[in-house]
Amino acid sequence: MDNHGSHITEYKVLVRVLFVLLLCTFLTISVTGFNLGAFTVTIALLIAGFKSYMVLSYFMHLKYESLLLRILVSMVFVLFIIIVLITFIDYSFR
Amino acid sequence: MSEHITHVEEHRDDEASKLGMWLFIFTELLLFGGLILVYSVFRMQYPANFHEASLELSVTIGAINTVVLLISSMTIAMAITAIQKKNKKLTLRLISITVFMALVFLFNKYFEWGHKFEHGLYPGSDLMQLLERGHHLYFSLYFFMTGLHALHIIVGMVLLIICYVKVNKGSIAHDKFVFLENGALYWHLVDLIWIFLFPLLYLIS
Repeated sequence: MDNHGSHITEYKVLVRVLFVLLLCTFLTISVTGFNLGAFTVTIALLIAGFKSYMVLSYFMHLKYESLLLRILVSMVFVLFIIIVLITFIDYSFR
Repeated sequence: MSEHITHVEEHRDDEASKLGMWLFIFTELLLFGGLILVYSVFRMQYPANFHEASLELSVTIGAINTVVLLISSMTIAMAITAIQKKNKKLTLRLISITVFMALVFLFNKYFEWGHKFEHGLYPGSDLMQLLERGHHLYFSLYFFMTGLHALHIIVGMVLLIICYVKVNKGSIAHDKFVFLENGALYWHLVDLIWIFLFPLLYLIS
């Protein structure tokens, strides 16, 4: 009937994803320990971005969903990034 | 006519149910997105104040809560695997673990907030009025964002308890589990938001 119903994410895959996520959390905490100036926030946010990618694709099953849904979800993040960029351009040139 | 009614059960559309849930999740993401935007702008304007204020938070409690939410996210994803494999007992157990993790999260949050309240630090308190503008903004955003997030944890818990009851009754089963999937999606959303809140609020250098 529906393609997603047939796909079962194995337990071990989920455990592996959790392990990666925990590793990333540890990495985020240690990265902010060093003072890398502006890079610290950037790295922390990049790791957070990767973590959310993992959660979205495996825990939220997006990897196995329809293309339509995957495009829609990416569009929300693209929209948010555009809003942030426009706001920061506005504030930087005041 | 009566034939139609008897076939109603077969006409469900899981794909559409999930699409609806995702559309709701989009509004939630943009709600928190807006708050993160406000936070980013003020952080850019008061970088030193935000750094000093963030030192008041315990990175340990924040990290524990991150781990708790990540584990709970995995257990609820596993609950879907379990229901697909027709393992009702394991599904129920995994949902219970997830709800328990949610309680642990709220317990930590209670102590974290309680500690601040004891020191007179809460929205609208006399101490808050005396703080520097950057500190005031940081703590207002901290309470608002974590508070709204905690509210979502509570809603998620209620949803998961409903899932538990439905699995127990058998109205969620291996061939009709979209309700559990949507409940799980909501729970992952709560996790997703925390993934961003934790580095932004707790880890400012």
